[in-house]
Amino acid sequence: MQVAIIKYNAGNTQSVIYALERLGIKPLLSDEPEVLSAADKIIFPGVGEASTAMKFLKERNLDKIIPTLKQPVLGVCLGLQLMCTHTEENNTVGLDIFPTQVKRFPAKDKIPHMGWNNLTDIKGQLMNGITEQDYVYFVHSYYAELSMHTLASCNYILPFAAVIQKDNFYATQFHPEKSGSVGSNILQNFLNL
Amino acid sequence: MLTKRIIPCLDVKDGKTVKGINFENLRDAGDPVELGAFYAQQGADELVFLDITATLEKRKTLVELVKRVAQNVNIPFTVGGGIASIADVSALLNAGADKVSINSSAVQNPNLVNELALEFGSQCVVVAIDSKLYHDQHKVHTHGGKKPTDIATFAWAKEVADRGAGEILLTSMDHDGVKNGFAIEITKKLSEILSIPIIASGGGGTMEHFVEIFQKGKADAALAASVFHFKEIGVQELKRFLSDKQINMRLS
Repeated sequence: MQVAIIKYNAGNTQSVIYALERLGIKPLLSDEPEVLSAADKIIFPGVGEASTAMKFLKERNLDKIIPTLKQPVLGVCLGLQLMCTHTEENNTVGLDIFPTQVKRFPAKDKIPHMGWNNLTDIKGQLMNGITEQDYVYFVHSYYAELSMHTLASCNYILPFAAVIQKDNFYATQFHPEKSGSVGSNILQNFLNL
Repeated sequence: MLTKRIIPCLDVKDGKTVKGINFENLRDAGDPVELGAFYAQQGADELVFLDITATLEKRKTLVELVKRVAQNVNIPFTVGGGIASIADVSALLNAGADKVSINSSAVQNPNLVNELALEFGSQCVVVAIDSKLYHDQHKVHTHGGKKPTDIATFAWAKEVADRGAGEILLTSMDHDGVKNGFAIEITKKLSEILSIPIIASGGGGTMEHFVEIFQKGKADAALAASVFHFKEIGVQELKRFLSDKQINMRLS
C-alpha cells in the first residue's frame, strides 16, 4: 500500500512517518499533485499556527488539490482544523471540506487542552474497537464544533468534535501518532479503510 | 475527562542514562531508548529526556538519540538540556521530539521564549524553572540550581507564560532529591495564577506524595526520576493508586 503524507510546514510530520513505520508502512512525503493522487491513502498532518499553515498550502496550490482528492484522507490536529470552513485562529479561511467552524476554547480552564482525554459517542469504521475507556493525546487551543459529521466527541470545557468524517475525508483532533497503542489502532483502522 | 499526567524523567549523558537501574526485562538499562519504551509500555503519559552532556561536541549525538526515541516510543516526549537557539530546537523537533524544555537560556535571554513560541508554537515550549528559597523568598536558580538569581519565581513564571510558554516545569530545589514530598504551596500558587499547565518536579518519594501534589498542589502533571529508576515505585502501580484516590488517570 502506498501512503502519502502531505508535505508542508507541519511540525509533526516526522512523528507521523515513524508511527506508520511502526505499522510496517514506508510513507512518501510529497506536495506534488501526481504523487498525491496516485497514493492509496493520504495523511494531512498539522502542528503549528493556522494562517501560516494555510499560506504554505496556498503557495504549493495544495489548498486546491486537497479538497479534490478521492482516496481516504486523514487530517491530524491542525489538519482537522484546516479542513473546516473557518478557524478563529488569526481569522483564517480553511479548505471548507467540512462545513464547520473552529473556535477558541473559552478561558474557563487552562488552555491549551493538553494531555490524555477519552472519547464519547464513538462510531464509524475509523474508530473500530475504540471504547470510551480509551485515552488519546490532545494538544490544542481551538476546537471544531460538533456536527452531523462527528464520529467521536471529547469533553474539555465543552463538548467538541474529536473525530470527523465526510465522504473520503477523515480527521482527528488528537494525535494518533502519539497516542500509544490506541492511536496506533486508529492509524491501522485508517490503513484498513 | 482530561487526566493528570505521570512523567518519568531520564537524565542522559553522552547518549546513556545516568542513574543506572536494573529492570529485569531490559537488555541495557543504560539505553535511553529502551528505558523510555519500557516506561511508555508501563503507562507513562509522557517522557522527559534531560541531556546533561557537558561538551558541545558530544551533544550533537543528542539529535541521533531523539530520532531513535521517536522511532520507538509512541507517546509524547520532551527534550531539555543546553538548548539555547531556534536552530537547536528546530533540529530536535525535526528529529521527532514533541516539546523542548529551556531553562538557563531563557533566564539569560527571555526573548528566546517569544521566538520559539512564534516559530514552533507554544505547545512545544516548556520553560523549566528551578526554584529555591533564598533569604526566605522563592528565587529562580540557574545552572542546575547552583546559581541564585534576583528573579522572583512567581514573577518569572508569569513572564514566561505571557511570552508564550506552553507549560511550566517547576522544580523545587529545596525538595529535589530529598524524597520528602513535592513543593505543594508554590505549585498550587503557580497553578492558580497561570492559565497554562504546571508540571511539578522534585521531592516525589512515596505514592502519597503524588496524591498530595495533584489534590493539594493542583499540578497538571508530576515528574520524577529516581523513584522510578530505582523501582521504588512502579509507574503502573502508581497510576492505579492515584486512580483509586479519585485522581483521573489513563490506565492501560
